[in-house]
Amino acid sequence: MAHGAEESGWKNRDVIDILGFTKNELLDLFEETDKFVEQGSDFGEPLRHKIVATAFFEPSTRTRLSFSSAALRLGAKVIDLSAEVSSLMKGESFADTIRMLEAYSDLIVVRHPSEGAALFASEISSKPVVNGGDGSQHHPTQAMLDVYTVNKLKGGVDGLTYALVGDIKYARTATSFLYALTKFNPRRVYAVCPEALRPRAEVLKRLEGLGLRVELGLELEDIIGELDVVYATRIQKERFPDQSEYEKVKGSYRLARTVMEKAKRECIILHPLPRVEELPYELDSTPHAAYFKQAAWGVPLRMALLKLILGG
Amino acid sequence: MDSHTGSETMIVQRIANGTVIDHIPSGKALAVLKLLGDPHVKGFRVALVMNVSSKKMGKKDIVKVEGVELSDEQVQRLALVAPQATLNFVRSYQVVAKRNVSPPSVVVGLLKCVNPTCITVKQREPVYSTFLLSSQAPLTYVCRYCGRELGEYEISSQVQ
Repeated sequence: MAHGAEESGWKNRDVIDILGFTKNELLDLFEETDKFVEQGSDFGEPLRHKIVATAFFEPSTRTRLSFSSAALRLGAKVIDLSAEVSSLMKGESFADTIRMLEAYSDLIVVRHPSEGAALFASEISSKPVVNGGDGSQHHPTQAMLDVYTVNKLKGGVDGLTYALVGDIKYARTATSFLYALTKFNPRRVYAVCPEALRPRAEVLKRLEGLGLRVELGLELEDIIGELDVVYATRIQKERFPDQSEYEKVKGSYRLARTVMEKAKRECIILHPLPRVEELPYELDSTPHAAYFKQAAWGVPLRMALLKLILGG
Repeated sequence: MDSHTGSETMIVQRIANGTVIDHIPSGKALAVLKLLGDPHVKGFRVALVMNVSSKKMGKKDIVKVEGVELSDEQVQRLALVAPQATLNFVRSYQVVAKRNVSPPSVVVGLLKCVNPTCITVKQREPVYSTFLLSSQAPLTYVCRYCGRELGEYEISSQVQ
């Protein structure tokens, strides 16, 4: 472990939130990820005798498939719980489901609409639990991937200016990315969003306590020229308690090409995907678009994570 | 006890045996009485003094209860409503022991998270709400599971 983190600290570790990791641990994870990116194929099946369970109680494309792909590439087997066809339909509790998966697998990746579900699962299960997203709270492996992408494309995370654009209130990816930035030294961090979608008060307070000041109330056009990283998010329709509130803000904060033309050439756009209206296709061919690389690196990053937790 | 109003001293009869709860935030005496299980309804002699001046707090309330000693759980609840309260245990008209309350660093199973999508409010899940103290003044707790804060008003209204 080149950055001083103990390898033994990864063994059988739960991954509940990004704040539980040190900067050095993240850099070690990135180094392991780089090895898989460079290696390309034939990874020697280091997890040949392991079983990874994916339990997604909310829809997912990238997180579930990239975890499955990562596990399979390392030689592990994958079992998948589909909420629609399982005992959950018969009223089985989340706790009992986790106990079952604990018996059937070596690691559980869980996504759930309730905040705190992954932490609760980790208290029940003696097998490691990886949070694939809990409500609007945490998505640690997405944050690891996002910071990895910045680190790889910009040659570091420190000293850069970031703008998170869109839904910073309900998007757990945005909150987790902000938490991840507390491990580094960004130059400035802006949240560009309507007032209704600003980071939650407790999140801002926690960030401030961790030394990260988020600047609010500016328009993207006013700051675009100084940005190194634009982190766009989808407006999370499904998390609005009142759908009329969603109607008021949907479609706001679209990354227009005319605005991006004023950005530095090296400015990159990240997006956890899926996208709706906020990220037009016309940006895909610009040098700013980094979101497909970001999504692709989700597999090697999760390979590195699984290997560190289950390997050895 | 500095229970006086200006130059006029307010006389409150002493209790023979029981508990005097001092340094209750002004206006919270009735809430304290409630968390004690309304001892006045059960026939215990109770004295409430409200909005008296205090060097320490500006204004404060005092509750005297004859024949009642607080359980540990009641003391924990009291600390959530009146974090600066002092308990005076009285035997034969004498204060035999004093105790300061302080808000516990962790509160398990007593408070309910106000976030409707927190795992701790899900039906049929065997999970206890767990709150971590984040600030003593103003009293603030944070849900260990979802990070949502509970402020003084929410804490006080739940504890009663």
